[in-house]
Amino acid sequence: MAKYLLLKHYRGAPAAVNDVPMDRWTPEEISAHIQYMNDFAARLEKTGEFVDGQALAPEGSWVRYDGEGRPPVTDGPFAETKDLIAGWMVIDVDTHERAVELAGELSAAPGAGGKPIHEWLEVRPFLTAPPTITE
Amino acid sequence: MDEALLRSLTPGVIALLVRRGADFAAAEDAVQDALVEAVRVWPAGPSPGSPPRSGPGEPLRDPKGWLVTVAWRRFLDQARSDSARRRREELVDEEPAPGPASGVDDTLQLYFLCAHPSLTPSSAVALTLRAVGGLTTRQIARAYLVPEATMAQRISRAKRTVSGVRFDRPGDVATVLRVLYLVFNEGYSGDVDLAAEAIRLTRQLAAAIDHPEVAGLLALMLLHHARRATRTARDGSLVPLAEQDRGRWDTESITEGVAILQAALARDRLGEFQAQAAIAALHADAATAAETDWVQIVEWYDELVRLTDSPVVRLNRAVAVGEADGPRAGLAALAALHDSLPRHTAVAAYLHERDGDPATAARLYAEAARKAPNLAERDYLTRQAARLNAGRGR
Repeated sequence: MAKYLLLKHYRGAPAAVNDVPMDRWTPEEISAHIQYMNDFAARLEKTGEFVDGQALAPEGSWVRYDGEGRPPVTDGPFAETKDLIAGWMVIDVDTHERAVELAGELSAAPGAGGKPIHEWLEVRPFLTAPPTITE
Repeated sequence: MDEALLRSLTPGVIALLVRRGADFAAAEDAVQDALVEAVRVWPAGPSPGSPPRSGPGEPLRDPKGWLVTVAWRRFLDQARSDSARRRREELVDEEPAPGPASGVDDTLQLYFLCAHPSLTPSSAVALTLRAVGGLTTRQIARAYLVPEATMAQRISRAKRTVSGVRFDRPGDVATVLRVLYLVFNEGYSGDVDLAAEAIRLTRQLAAAIDHPEVAGLLALMLLHHARRATRTARDGSLVPLAEQDRGRWDTESITEGVAILQAALARDRLGEFQAQAAIAALHADAATAAETDWVQIVEWYDELVRLTDSPVVRLNRAVAVGEADGPRAGLAALAALHDSLPRHTAVAAYLHERDGDPATAARLYAEAARKAPNLAERDYLTRQAARLNAGRGR
């Protein structure tokens, strides 16, 4: 019973095996890809392991506090930012091995030519509440 | 309406339906429906002016009878709407006599079923909380911070997994204890108090079966629960055992835990939970941290190593050795363990500080903070590193 974030990157991850940008896919390939993701999430709901899944727009801005009574400072978007998160899925699973297994399946989503993308997904454990018994 | 009473009746009512011929999954659903119905229709308490109720008798006088009647009707309705018509007719024909139930044994069977070895730990936990604990799916989902639909699926899969398991075979107490331990150890997130719930379920189990390890786990829980109020500061930060305000430990809980443990130990069938409880009892027994009997604690860790051969136990033992025989001895014990063990770096940091090496300790505390599995620990370890670095005037 531990939560993991499966993180998908627009860029910043190592290159995928089937590394063709999505805008060069056929519409059917895009549909198949989206269908795979939806089916994957639906399957995790059925196994009782799904928590959340969201996609993010590639462009955002940076915001910071600028002192009492002043509006926050905004900046960006910065085209040169190396790491860009595309979206995530949160799962709740029994073991780290299971999290890795599921990330592997998600990474097999079909891309160009209907072949698996083999894209790199980042698997990050959630920090939890401290256990009651520690000694 | 007494929710605790209602929930304590849950396993007995499910078991009764199963003995009348319902399969476990259907019985469990029917009882869950009856519980929801009870919350809806039962008044907050008996009110003299309330009109007489039609339906399955007076709930307040005989809550169990009421639940059985309502759940059984639910079950029949469901069976009717299912395709299993033939089966339903047989069941209706023999409308069963309510009769007194041998509640204790039935409850025990439910514990075994919900902790069946074919279930993953998270499914066993969810099923136990619902079928034995009488919690709703929503409450369990909130306690584990997952969507209700996810928890509902987890529970129905768990029920399918155990659907072929015979209800009348004794199970393994050890698997039940592991499930209850997991529930207790989950911490205090969410709006259901899982620690208190685990204690209630373990207490109920201890009443149903005479087993020293059940008593050991109950004692362990009570002894840790006694420190609950002192484990965290107002701001949520972690307070280590040595710095806890022992005057605020719950003496009633400690007294009960120690008594249960002593009775269990007297039976001379030692197990890991009794040994863990013995360590907790030695901490509870020390009026100040300095008075802790670390030599005896090391001896109990030796027993635990013998019983479990767990690397985590060896790590905790290294801490105890550090207290009993000095930090050098603790570091020597630690050196034998792989540094990939959770909290290995934190323990190393602590022992190096006690050994008078704040520079190494600060570096290790910072490293341990990066590896910490939860926020409270990470913050605690970061503060330790910061304290040592400030002391060295960096």
